[in-house]
Amino acid sequence: MLKTFAKGGVHPAECKYSEDSRIEILPLPKTVSIPIAQHIGAPAKAIVAKGDKVKVGDKIAESSGFVSANIHSSVSGTVAKIDDILDSTGYKRPCIVIDVEGDEWNETIDRSPELRREINLTDKEIIAKINLAGIVGLGGATFPSHVKLSIPDGKKINVLIINGVECEPYLTSDHRLMVEKAEEMLVGIQILMKALSVNRALIGIENNKPDAIAHLTNLVKNYPGIEVHALKVQYPQGGEKQLIKALINREVPSGGLPLDVGAVVHNVGTAFAVYEATQKNKPLFERVVTVTGQLVSKPSNLLVRIGTPVSNLIEAAGGLPEDTGKIINGGPMMGKAVNSLEVPVTKGTSGILIMSESESKRKKEATCIRCAKCVSACPQGLEPYLLKKQAQLEKNDTLEQSGVMDCIECGSCSFTCPAGLPLLDYIRLGKSRVSKIIRSRKQ
Amino acid sequence: MNKRITISPSPHVYEDTSVKRLMFDVVIALLPALAISIYFFGMGAIIVTLVAVVSCLAFEWLIQKYILKQEPAITDGSAIVTGILLAFNVPSNLPIGIIIIGSLVAIGIGKMSFGGLGNNPFNPALVGRVFLLISFPVQMTSWPIPGGFKTGYADAVTGATPLGIVKEGLGKGDQISDLMNQVPSHMEMFYGHMGGSMGEIAAAALILGFAYLLIRKVITWHIPVSIILTITIFTGILWYINPETNADPLFHLLTGGVMLGAIFMATDYVTSPMTPKGMWIFGIGIGIITVLIRVFGAYPEGVSFAILIMNSFVPLINTYVKPKRFGEVVNHG
Repeated sequence: MLKTFAKGGVHPAECKYSEDSRIEILPLPKTVSIPIAQHIGAPAKAIVAKGDKVKVGDKIAESSGFVSANIHSSVSGTVAKIDDILDSTGYKRPCIVIDVEGDEWNETIDRSPELRREINLTDKEIIAKINLAGIVGLGGATFPSHVKLSIPDGKKINVLIINGVECEPYLTSDHRLMVEKAEEMLVGIQILMKALSVNRALIGIENNKPDAIAHLTNLVKNYPGIEVHALKVQYPQGGEKQLIKALINREVPSGGLPLDVGAVVHNVGTAFAVYEATQKNKPLFERVVTVTGQLVSKPSNLLVRIGTPVSNLIEAAGGLPEDTGKIINGGPMMGKAVNSLEVPVTKGTSGILIMSESESKRKKEATCIRCAKCVSACPQGLEPYLLKKQAQLEKNDTLEQSGVMDCIECGSCSFTCPAGLPLLDYIRLGKSRVSKIIRSRKQ
Repeated sequence: MNKRITISPSPHVYEDTSVKRLMFDVVIALLPALAISIYFFGMGAIIVTLVAVVSCLAFEWLIQKYILKQEPAITDGSAIVTGILLAFNVPSNLPIGIIIIGSLVAIGIGKMSFGGLGNNPFNPALVGRVFLLISFPVQMTSWPIPGGFKTGYADAVTGATPLGIVKEGLGKGDQISDLMNQVPSHMEMFYGHMGGSMGEIAAAALILGFAYLLIRKVITWHIPVSIILTITIFTGILWYINPETNADPLFHLLTGGVMLGAIFMATDYVTSPMTPKGMWIFGIGIGIITVLIRVFGAYPEGVSFAILIMNSFVPLINTYVKPKRFGEVVNHG
């Protein structure tokens, strides 16, 4: 029996159309728009001005606090403007727009292809380097990685968990990275282990990626302390709390963090970025993005410079299909629908999913028949039907008692509802009201 | 881009399911039992089922259209399920007029008066059935004896059910060992060769339907299993104490409405609890009340009353029995 998390979950159709497409380098765009807020936390502060010349890898915006991240130029060229531009959040937000001229890299970056295994930095130096390189969680949450590695006094970490689950249907960027960049990733994991001073790391991979599991299982023999675990395919296993439960059977307490149970979770993409930052001195300015969908003629995995417009990626995957109904930044369960093809790729963009007109329609809403399928699907042990009702009635006190803040917004309830009720829509609404109340109480 | 694209919050994909599909799965699961009923009761089973289904659909449509002034939603299949279940819970020779009254009570009072599908606290088919049992006790307890496929509607020969024979016999002071000679063997009862309500007779066919519902993930096993286990244990204890005054557990499981009730009536989504723990409480309650009525009460059968009584506890169960939240108890491995 394969391991998985204990409670709830659903199994949407996997649709991994691009799982066998090798990572291709996307040609440079004419201009890039690099948002200064690509991570959770305070937006970075721009340190370039219109007319400045920049090289690939130059820092262009500086971290503005502990929970914040540096931003680096992904291209060489001239800063055209710093302006509010529509990004994948659906809002106009400040971006640094750079006109691309050639492809000249900052000299300090090691561009040689050879694998550098030896780790010469101390734990403090590693964390500083990661901070400097602007690395954030590349699974989609974009939480600054150096914060996760800075363990507060009194907390003890004994295991590093590497998230190679990729439980979102369609997406394959992590999968391809595990197959094609496995050695680099494993060195990255060793570096993370050193930064955390742990001697054990577990890589969790869902069983629908047998090639990645076999490849890594074979390689980890040379990496003491690193183990590969195949997991049963079950959404949302890529959620931190669910993955920790699946791998080491510990439950992160409600409102707590993985470090409360002695674990830290990083994505496989992040581990690869850590390798590049520490061993090659390369800051985070490009990432692998899956471009996929039933209608897409060439489902692809592309290595993309941050700030590239989504339209360039879609072109490379065979162009925008005639019958396009929805364009999603991310996977189908948690991704965000975008309203323009010109929105830029950011550090958190794991995929671009194109859905047909008919796939884009929601189910017709019927009445709740109290079938309890949402209750059995909720991985957090909540009662979505109840939360929805309480949110609709604006019963904020009972909503908080019912655990609305524990919701991880995985969407399993809405996915499984036979009545087609938008449970998560209402729960999000309730969550935002309750969190406002909690904030005002703290002040 | 001049095309209109959809912007909506996640999730963007949905499971291929609907209320309608769940309801029609229940209908499919009921078909084996219907087939056995037709095999044993002939024309009567067909007429009773058709009348109940058509009148349930008609009343739901009329009430939605003319009283509630809603868009009629009878295509969701829930009225068909109520109709079949009502038919399954009455004798196969019940006069048409009485079936129509039962359908009106089931749909009108049992379901629509509370606001329709999703809002009724009691199982509508059972509301109709119990109303008929109290209003027409003679017609509702004249059970046709299985006469085979060629049996007509009005000319069915009636007799007592195995539960009735045992109840009456024990009342007169007869021994169980003698009474067991007057009722069909356990095997005959398993495939439905006995008197009783139209759809409740064949445990084998109902269990086949249960398997279908489980495979299609329409229901979970908790409610049926908890009811059956409770009845087995409770009647098993009584039987162990005195096998001459108490029938064996298997007899209790195979007779009356236990299988139909446990698999199809108690598992009605709307009127059963939302959590597995709540389902256990609900099922154990139904099992205990059923046995209490059968063994110590005035009626030979108590499944309908047991389910209706436990239906009334469901809001309370849902309020106090909560699923275990993730991270509630800290587990440090």
